[in-house]
Amino acid sequence: MSAPDSTKIDPITIDPPMALLAEVTHRCPLQCPYCSNPLELDRVRNELDTESWQRVLDEAAQLGMLQVHFSGGEPLVRRDLETLVRHATKAGLYTNLITSAVQLDEKRLAGLVAAGLEHVQISFQDVDDASGDRVANYRDAQRLKREAARRVGAAGLPLTVNAVVHRQNLERLPAMIDAAVELGARRLEVAHVQYYGWALANRAALLPTREQLDAATATVEAARERLRGRLVIDYVVPDYHAALPKACMSGWGRRFMNISPSGKALPCHAAETLPGFDFPSVRDGSLADIWHKSDAFNRFRGTQWMAEPCRSCDRREIDWGGCRCQAFALTGDAAATDPVCFKATRRGKLAAAVEATRAAPPSFIYRRMGGTAEAQAALQPDEIGAED
Amino acid sequence: MNDGPAIKLDAATVPRLKPHVRLQFNEARKRWVVQAPERVLMPDEIAVTVLQRCDGAATIASIAAGLARDFDAPADVVQGDVIEMLQDLAEKGIIDDVRA
Repeated sequence: MSAPDSTKIDPITIDPPMALLAEVTHRCPLQCPYCSNPLELDRVRNELDTESWQRVLDEAAQLGMLQVHFSGGEPLVRRDLETLVRHATKAGLYTNLITSAVQLDEKRLAGLVAAGLEHVQISFQDVDDASGDRVANYRDAQRLKREAARRVGAAGLPLTVNAVVHRQNLERLPAMIDAAVELGARRLEVAHVQYYGWALANRAALLPTREQLDAATATVEAARERLRGRLVIDYVVPDYHAALPKACMSGWGRRFMNISPSGKALPCHAAETLPGFDFPSVRDGSLADIWHKSDAFNRFRGTQWMAEPCRSCDRREIDWGGCRCQAFALTGDAAATDPVCFKATRRGKLAAAVEATRAAPPSFIYRRMGGTAEAQAALQPDEIGAED
Repeated sequence: MNDGPAIKLDAATVPRLKPHVRLQFNEARKRWVVQAPERVLMPDEIAVTVLQRCDGAATIASIAAGLARDFDAPADVVQGDVIEMLQDLAEKGIIDDVRA
């Protein structure tokens, strides 16, 4: 596998995608500053209608996708969510709801269960209600989430708790793990914030120190041992502190297709931040054509697009060059080696962000339709298109 | 759902796929897949054969005896292999013991 042309893209050999990330809306009752949605949120008038989503779900199953993750924004905002879940189930897809859960009342849950929903993932902002509700900017959010989580268990559905952690709540991680057990979760995601979209604009308020990260990692490792066979814990690290990049999306165009509320097909949910792309719309073409033939999905697929040091690196088919959106955000070049990598040359902005964790966190810029300008201002001049 | 002690499988275990875990044949891929919450496993032929027999009624001992007979293999070796495979799947949240 050392010859560069051995990795040439051949559409016939591209495996089918594993899962569809269906971002059915950007509307959300919460305003979490760590949201990875784009700063320019899709408006309701631009959202795909029920019929279009049904066609997308059929095409996803035909293409070989196995699971659909209904996400957003808050998918429960869509009144047709039950219809879409029923349609996905009928098409043979395994359905997952990724929700803030503050609107997951008895009636909605019963409708979703009847429609064939298989799994629910609920995000929690903290175990300390005041802190969690401050992050969500929504009064009583944590209590409503706990009630919804218990409802999910009572309905016999498996529950994943997604504990979103950052510098302002990491000290309570042990209690967050206990809370997941107490809520009857089968799986816990300890998800350090990833710095895309609104989270990038709020990075200084969220990125933990190295010491906080090391303590959290030790906590997770001990809990995994203690809870083996009872609770599966998946751990997503903040890679700013890492020396090796993550295999973002398991590689560009390898496993996942993300559909935005307005119908754009994206290799990852942050891809719209990248310049020079004309992302295909599901309104104009089939998922199969988009997956196999579109420039957007082929641009960073495989390893042929890579420059050094990735091109000759032993890890090029392990991390696939890391994350394209992070490369662009931190170097201004979407085709650069992810600056997390110790081999990357343009690591200045990453190092500065890590250094900034020594300072006190600034206040949050909340994620909301009207907050775009404020968030964009927070990104300039450091993160938009600048080279270091 | 996750109360009780950590799961430890033995010959008397009666394994089943947990609720909302599905062993499913995928037409597009022409292969069996295990669908679980936010997780897909691609079991090999042997694993598929074992999982198809995890019906929530048979013990591991009887599953292993059946496999040993059908594949003409030593029963004690098969049983050890089945326990090892299912223990791993139990820890991944795919399998549980109906008696638990």
